[in-house]
Amino acid sequence: MKEKNDYREKLLTVFITFFKIGLFTFGGGYAMIPLIEYETVERHHWIESKDILDIFAIAEATPGVIAVNTATFVGYKVAGFWGSLLATLGVVIPSLTIISIIALFFEQFQSLEWVGYAFKGVRAGVIVLILGAVVKMAKKGTYTPLTVLILVLAFGLASFTDINVIYLLLGGAVTGLIYQLWRSNKQITKKNDEVGK
Amino acid sequence: MIYLELFITFFKIGLFTIGGGYAMIPLIQQEVVAHGWLTLLELTDFIAVAESTPGPFAVNIATFVGMEMGGLAGALMTTTAVVLPSFIIILFIAKAFTNFQQNKWVQGALYGMRPVVIGLIAAAVWLLMVSGFIIKGAEIHAVSDFFASLHYLEIIIFMIGSFVYFRFRLHPIKLILISAGLGMVFFGVLPMLFNG
Repeated sequence: MKEKNDYREKLLTVFITFFKIGLFTFGGGYAMIPLIEYETVERHHWIESKDILDIFAIAEATPGVIAVNTATFVGYKVAGFWGSLLATLGVVIPSLTIISIIALFFEQFQSLEWVGYAFKGVRAGVIVLILGAVVKMAKKGTYTPLTVLILVLAFGLASFTDINVIYLLLGGAVTGLIYQLWRSNKQITKKNDEVGK
Repeated sequence: MIYLELFITFFKIGLFTIGGGYAMIPLIQQEVVAHGWLTLLELTDFIAVAESTPGPFAVNIATFVGMEMGGLAGALMTTTAVVLPSFIIILFIAKAFTNFQQNKWVQGALYGMRPVVIGLIAAAVWLLMVSGFIIKGAEIHAVSDFFASLHYLEIIIFMIGSFVYFRFRLHPIKLILISAGLGMVFFGVLPMLFNG
């Protein structure tokens, strides 16, 4: 009985957390990353900090919106299928509600001057948040000449060309696989040499 | 059957847009305009509104078009449709990932993908700074042009935000609320005081 209650409580926490994330991220996409990182890693300890980058990588490399994908993934890790369903609903419901209301008063909304001023400020604040997230994640990265090269290339191409990010992720994955193949081969030759002796 | 058409279209958008965010706009534009659901001008207006409302853009535009074309039922239809493909795919991946995370080939691929993700997020910061801090269309030929083409108020808000966020380790939501307040002060209250 207690276990069942614990599970329900967990589901509720998952829902509320992602509802909050859905409600407070403006500008979409990357703007959600800092909040997701803060809530799932630092606050609730659902995800280990070394795993969060992997989850973002998967969420970006699969179809759909990165924030929703991350919600589904984290929800599943925390509480299985129902966790993923509630996390996804949680992250979507705020914008569903707000946009439905805005659609009814679209023209009035556009002329709300003070809303516009507030969001000019929010746009500057969001840059601070994403900067904080990238610094935090960069601190946890492992740096070899190869990963630094990949990082710099990804930054340069994403900043100064119109290349679709999926090619960058694919490129990274293929490079990582080739490196792994090369390392395994080296280990095998080394083993063979030892056997040969 | 408008509901079915809405559902299929947004399912397709959800399925075929990888990378998220503004990468989705071209496909959304193509589909929504081709169906005659929104004109290009209405879409551009909505993009501006979506920037000042919470939530991912693709979800927002799905809800908006659904609402315009089929009321609340339409909005539920389109929003479900745009999320459903990735929901199913991620569910399978999340299940498999727990089993295969330690596989050396999965680790190999992730070894190369992790720095890409860091690079992409850093690029997002860079692009947001360029679009937020530099006046659009400004021609910069000399150092003085550069200083004349900056949005100083945004930069000041960014600096105040950075200081309080990193110095006092604020919760991200608090920073969003503070920067909204700063926006109203800098763009609303101050001009009113100075211009009477």
